Amino acid sequence: MGEVRENRLGVTLCGIELDNPVIPASGTFGYGREFAELYDINILGTFSFKGTTKDARLGNPVPRIAETSCGMLNAVGLQNPGVNHVVAHELPEMKRFFHKPVMANVSGFSVDDYVYTCEKLDKEPQVGWLEVNVSCPNVHGGGMSFGTDPKAAAAVTRAVKAVTTKPVILKLSPNVTDITEIAKACEDAGADGISLINTLLGMRIDLKTRKPILANTTGGLSGPAVFPVALRMVYQVARAVSVPIVGMGGIASAEDVLEMMMAGATAVEVGAANLVDPFACKKIIEELPAAMDKYGINTLQELKG
Amino acid sequence: MVLEGDGTAVTAPGQFIDIKLDGRYLRRPISVHDADEGSITIIYKVLGHGTDDMTRYEPGKPLDVLAGCGNGFWMPTGKETPLLIGGGVGIPPLYLLAKKLIAAGRKPQAVLGFNSKEDAFCIEEFRALGCTVTAASADGSIGTKGFVTDALPAPDTYDCFYTCGPLPMLRALDAAIPAGIPGQFSFEERMGCGFGACMGCTIPVKGGYKRICKDGPVLAREEILWEK
Repeated sequence: MGEVRENRLGVTLCGIELDNPVIPASGTFGYGREFAELYDINILGTFSFKGTTKDARLGNPVPRIAETSCGMLNAVGLQNPGVNHVVAHELPEMKRFFHKPVMANVSGFSVDDYVYTCEKLDKEPQVGWLEVNVSCPNVHGGGMSFGTDPKAAAAVTRAVKAVTTKPVILKLSPNVTDITEIAKACEDAGADGISLINTLLGMRIDLKTRKPILANTTGGLSGPAVFPVALRMVYQVARAVSVPIVGMGGIASAEDVLEMMMAGATAVEVGAANLVDPFACKKIIEELPAAMDKYGINTLQELKG
Repeated sequence: MVLEGDGTAVTAPGQFIDIKLDGRYLRRPISVHDADEGSITIIYKVLGHGTDDMTRYEPGKPLDVLAGCGNGFWMPTGKETPLLIGGGVGIPPLYLLAKKLIAAGRKPQAVLGFNSKEDAFCIEEFRALGCTVTAASADGSIGTKGFVTDALPAPDTYDCFYTCGPLPMLRALDAAIPAGIPGQFSFEERMGCGFGACMGCTIPVKGGYKRICKDGPVLAREEILWEK
């Protein structure tokens, strides 16, 4: 709006100020602990913690990971200790090393699952946003099936909004014909923001065994390979909805951040890059001012619109 | 391959390093053969494109490496006489372990398994440390003909064991070694990050699950679930 910002990297996401727009993406940052051992993660805008479900999940059998050109496939399958464990153990521990509002990533297999988990996390003081994942490609009978049907995505949104007070961001799947239709359905149902994209469904075959590398056969593609697809979808969704957008998909540099924000993202998530270089987000944040100077960008706020 | 640099991040034998290779997206986890203040030594086998690339790296090339990944082997608590059993590329991490055990006053014996004589390596290095070494090879061209399980010493000559090698070998050892003898098994798995963030290498264990890269690669015998 018109306010003067001391911090040229600062952005506002659904009413909450971020020191910078860089957010490690869910599933690549755990609950923060492994990275807090390496650097002070309070330099981040925030982070989106590991996708949490009503009950604990072991996830899929191994192998869960396959390399690709310029990226990777994963089929982890939402391994997490369950929301009650997260509330009782992960969040109290997180408070010791992370002192900002955190983004709570939630997944489920029924509308009731989403409601149960979101209602619990909404009550946690450190949770700033709920990022509702209707797009996990690696679980059966849930996840992505809610994100490929506008009516189902709207139903999840409406049900979660009814039991929560914090901003609800719907995380969408790119594995659809028209992502703007889903985004609009979520916005109409009350979503406070949209994040995109989750991974693109893919697979690889082991030439020696002639069988799929992943035990789950298929997995989600992420990494720099998906960046142009993600950018295109963020651009389309930004023109279809008026709520803020968190853009993600293959971001690996400060320049990628600027490009994603020019496409219409208010903030960005960085995923696979964290797995290749645990310091990736730190480096991106440190490189942002110089990249902005290079392209004549005074504040990140001015990129919006 | 000998890497020059601070090897003190390697705090236990059986840990691995995670190497970023040019043009390959994910890092390559490779076990540490030896490490000191100024270097880390690895012995790798060409299994895919990444390790094949590494054979063409010239001396002096800088490498981006995460060092000291994983838990590594832990030392025995009492006066145990350890048995080390390695198969193929599972042998290198046992070398640093043997060194540490000997430095701690233990007398480890080793059983090393290979496909054939031309694949054999490290035998003399273990002997030079002062280990008794028994070799086994699938084709009988060196040592006992057969697998490491065919070359195990009498159970009363050791009271704990450490092993690293292919999964079928680990499974066979668990079946062959009397149940009362404690053991540490080092596992291999396809990894995403190598430092515990992605949950890409999690396997079920008794009482829960463990990330091979962070909570492993070494698991205690009593926590392993063999059925898959």
